[in-house]
Amino acid sequence: MTNKYIFYPGCSIQKNSRAYLDSMLEVQQPLDMQVQEIPDWNCCGATEYAAVHRTASYALVGRNLALAEQMKDGADTVVAACSACYLNLAKTDKYLRNDQKLNEQVNMALAAGGLHYNAGSVQIRHLLDVIVNDIGLEKIKKSVVKPLKGLRIAAYYGCMIVRPDPDKRWDSPEYPMALDKLMRALGAEVIDFPLKTHCCGGHMTQINPDTAYELIRRLVHSATEYKADMLVTLCPMCQLNLDAYQVEMNKALHTNYNMPILFFTQMMGIAFGKDPAALGFGKEFVNAAPALAKIGVSAPAGGEPPAAKAKKPEGLPMPQMPSQD
Amino acid sequence: MTTAAAATRPKSFVDEVMDATPGCSKLEMCIQCGTCGGSCPSGPDMDHSPRQLFAMIRAGMKKEVLKSNTPWYCVSCYYCYVRCPQEIHITDIMYTLKSMAIKEKNFDEKAGAGLAETFTDYVEQDGRSFEFGLATWHNLKHRPMKLPGMAGLGMGMLQKGRMDMTRHKIQGIGQLQAILNKAKELEEAAS
Repeated sequence: MTNKYIFYPGCSIQKNSRAYLDSMLEVQQPLDMQVQEIPDWNCCGATEYAAVHRTASYALVGRNLALAEQMKDGADTVVAACSACYLNLAKTDKYLRNDQKLNEQVNMALAAGGLHYNAGSVQIRHLLDVIVNDIGLEKIKKSVVKPLKGLRIAAYYGCMIVRPDPDKRWDSPEYPMALDKLMRALGAEVIDFPLKTHCCGGHMTQINPDTAYELIRRLVHSATEYKADMLVTLCPMCQLNLDAYQVEMNKALHTNYNMPILFFTQMMGIAFGKDPAALGFGKEFVNAAPALAKIGVSAPAGGEPPAAKAKKPEGLPMPQMPSQD
Repeated sequence: MTTAAAATRPKSFVDEVMDATPGCSKLEMCIQCGTCGGSCPSGPDMDHSPRQLFAMIRAGMKKEVLKSNTPWYCVSCYYCYVRCPQEIHITDIMYTLKSMAIKEKNFDEKAGAGLAETFTDYVEQDGRSFEFGLATWHNLKHRPMKLPGMAGLGMGMLQKGRMDMTRHKIQGIGQLQAILNKAKELEEAAS
């Protein structure tokens, strides 16, 4: 039976986490899963809009929920792949169910755009949730043609998928197991990662990078200590912070961590025998190709793009501070 | 009688924060245990731990609370929210404090407020976020000296096809703006 879902893509997945979207679409077919995008959806507000406008932040999400409700036709579950999108949708729906005053205000605002949303009329779920709990590990195991045997994986959840968990969908807000089990079903060895739900730094890369770098360092350090070959995530923000900003963190702290950060759907695609290029491999800043080579998979090389032009030393040699190396 | 007295009594800062927070914030339930600060990933870099901030709210120290970097350093990880023995909606309260600080233009954490405002501007103009514009404008305004160092990251994002230089506007942008404006109007009228 095909599982049909209403899909809320969110802004990040369109471009900065294209590998997540592409790999999700690649594994849809073997999973017998079908997603239909909410037409003309708008941004969920991330962690920023609500810091400026409170009621309007719920109306912003309300428009997406109202558009999703109009699509209800067999499918009544809205799936989001980004943890921030998922939480903003789920939290808004819950608050509209429980806070009568907010519900009235949001629906009056929606009426100004000719829309209405009946709180609770759609279910909001994360992509990992529907893959593990609807489709199920048994079906996933049957699709594996290239087991990830020999790879050590740190299963990383980050925050907003499991906290505050408004609809009580997860086993634990601090030590969930769904992604661990999924990676094991693909044949990988999963490390017992103590920081699996710690913060990736969130918006601190933009506000005070030093705060973010320390949080990024802890995560990649712990995964490195446990000799993980890669860290697998389920959120565009986590991937961006741990991957692209891992490079910046290495520069700032004079470290040389080298932990590839991948989306769980990319690793599902590898196990299902899909073409690594179609799964978005090569777009990562910390090259994942050497890790995949360990299991005999050849993937396009990621890594930092070559610097524009290396400066030639000019003039007489000058004394340099060690940190300038 | 007491009801008349309560109606005329000026709102305390605690009331103000609680009223402005959707859902039930339970702010008045804080027992000053400090679980929030101990669970906070950016706690060491905050001016005040959430516990201290809540004591300051009760003491009516509005100016100091809004000027604290604490709400801006909140990363929305919700560790405090799920660990709080009194089930206080701490993260939601941080959002309330941020929006109050912006509304009253009373904040010292310029990069935090600037990020939220620039992000919000793009969403209100296009219906979508615009990372290229956000990253360049934000860094230019708040960290110009760091910009050359970050150029490599930006170029990498562009070369890898992970960042768009063009903006994408949703078709229903007029509808969205009408919805947001109405919501702001209703909030204004209720406060």
